[in-house]
Amino acid sequence: MINTTPTAPHTQRPTSVTRVMALVLAALIPGWVVLVISFSWGYLINPLLACATALVTEAALLKARGRPVLFFLKDLSALVTAVLLALALPPLSPWWMTVLGTALALIFAKHLFGGLGNNPFNPAMVAYALLLVSLPLYMTTRWANPDQWLSLTDTLSIIFAGGVPIDAATAATPLDVYKLNIANQTANEVLRAPIFGSFVAEGWDIANLAFLIGGGVLIWQRIISWHIPVALLGALMLMSLLFGSDADLRVPLSLHLLGGATMLGAFFIATDPVSAATSNRGKLMYGAGIGVLIYLIRTWGNYPDAVAFAVLLMNFAAPLIDHYSRPRVYGHRKAVKGYKRDD
Amino acid sequence: MSDARELTRNGLWNNNAALVQLLGLCPLLAVTGTVVNALGLGLATLVVLVGSNTAVSLIRHYVPDTVRLPAFVMIIASFVTCAELLMQAFTYELYQVLGIFIPLIVTNCAILGRADAFARKNPVLPSMLDGLMMGLGFLAVLLVLGALREIIGQGTLFTNMELIFGPVAASWELTIFPDYPDFLFAVLPPGAFVGLGLLIALKNRIDSGIEARRAAKAEHVVAGSKRVRVTGHIS
Repeated sequence: MINTTPTAPHTQRPTSVTRVMALVLAALIPGWVVLVISFSWGYLINPLLACATALVTEAALLKARGRPVLFFLKDLSALVTAVLLALALPPLSPWWMTVLGTALALIFAKHLFGGLGNNPFNPAMVAYALLLVSLPLYMTTRWANPDQWLSLTDTLSIIFAGGVPIDAATAATPLDVYKLNIANQTANEVLRAPIFGSFVAEGWDIANLAFLIGGGVLIWQRIISWHIPVALLGALMLMSLLFGSDADLRVPLSLHLLGGATMLGAFFIATDPVSAATSNRGKLMYGAGIGVLIYLIRTWGNYPDAVAFAVLLMNFAAPLIDHYSRPRVYGHRKAVKGYKRDD
Repeated sequence: MSDARELTRNGLWNNNAALVQLLGLCPLLAVTGTVVNALGLGLATLVVLVGSNTAVSLIRHYVPDTVRLPAFVMIIASFVTCAELLMQAFTYELYQVLGIFIPLIVTNCAILGRADAFARKNPVLPSMLDGLMMGLGFLAVLLVLGALREIIGQGTLFTNMELIFGPVAASWELTIFPDYPDFLFAVLPPGAFVGLGLLIALKNRIDSGIEARRAAKAEHVVAGSKRVRVTGHIS
């Protein structure tokens, strides 16, 4: 939002919200393309639908709140929320679920709190968690099978005409399959399932690597700092080494990193500058907290993936982290921790 | 304050137990999943509120201030026990559905609040009226929230009304959306929080609309009128 002209020397131009959001969208593209190629058209149709919904909802809300509509629509933040949500939802979600989720994200998680910059929680993750709690059936049985290429007409009929996908077209997510089967099988037996493919998890692994590359671009472009993703991934690795080094017992680290929503979460969702902690030290704590929570919920919780809940829980904690991680003010010897208690 | 119209307006709207005082939220959030649950609990609360307000007002000259709260709680607990036994006798299924939330009416702060804030300082009739209006206001919010959550959560309205009104009411169920996938968020307590928040927002919106209209009407500046000019500090 800072649009001041910097003083000379003009080494860099001021960033605008629009540029930041556009770069985030651009950095999402590699992973997005991989998802479409691996899991067919659902990942193309639903994000586009979410974008259309987001534009309409955002415009209506801005109008209702008496804000300049075009000015805020141009900042693209609604589109980022929509795309993140749609990439997190199962690709064969019915159209009304995508529309409902996007609208709820913008109404309840964003504009009821005061719009861009005022939301204490990540809007996309609020909507995701809300849908996961409300419609567990649709959120668990609509994941596409990477071995089964659905034609465009089939995908359209599933998404828009209320068709129920045939069993072969859907598959449980790799994290889910592994966690379920490891209870009575060895790691080798579990990994024989076609869903794990030749590397880590068919489709998911390359998509995660693509999101990792996109996230690297964001760090290189200074859109996000390295602290949150590094702390998140580091904490997840540490937890996995401490508690889950035995692949016959727990989901292995490779699957933790590349088999779910980890990379999307680490680089694109946890790094939301509004709902995350602010100082660098705070960001490290915030990211590490998310990493630990992801491991805890995935391993001992009921839900197969945990990025949404982990991010939301740390969103809760972000003000507290900010309170205790205030950096040293230049010229002062020691950092002021918390608020002064001399009253 | 003891004017009947004022009491009515306060109980139903201006000082509504649920929307303004935010008292009694535990039952409000827990049992408003359907209209019938809301109605059952709302009626029980209404009966207890009227009874306890009346009784507290009757003994107001005899109970020392220092022990008033235990006395009030005893009275309220007695009325709740009556209500519970009555429900057990006449609407047994509903009694089972509401479960622990009927005994928990004792802890409903709206009831103790009215006993302490109003009934112990006022004569019997105004206290009774206050209890009735507060109870009706609470009941109304319960009903609206119950209807909202039932429609959004299950796509129906007035299910299981036979639990209160007998077999006649079995056919009252309306299906608003056929083939509705249950939206669990509205059925669970978090949905009640959001629903209550929206109702409070709606009430404040209506109030500010009324206020704005009144202000617009009152602020007619007559030509030639003089303005008061204030200088210096106003403390």
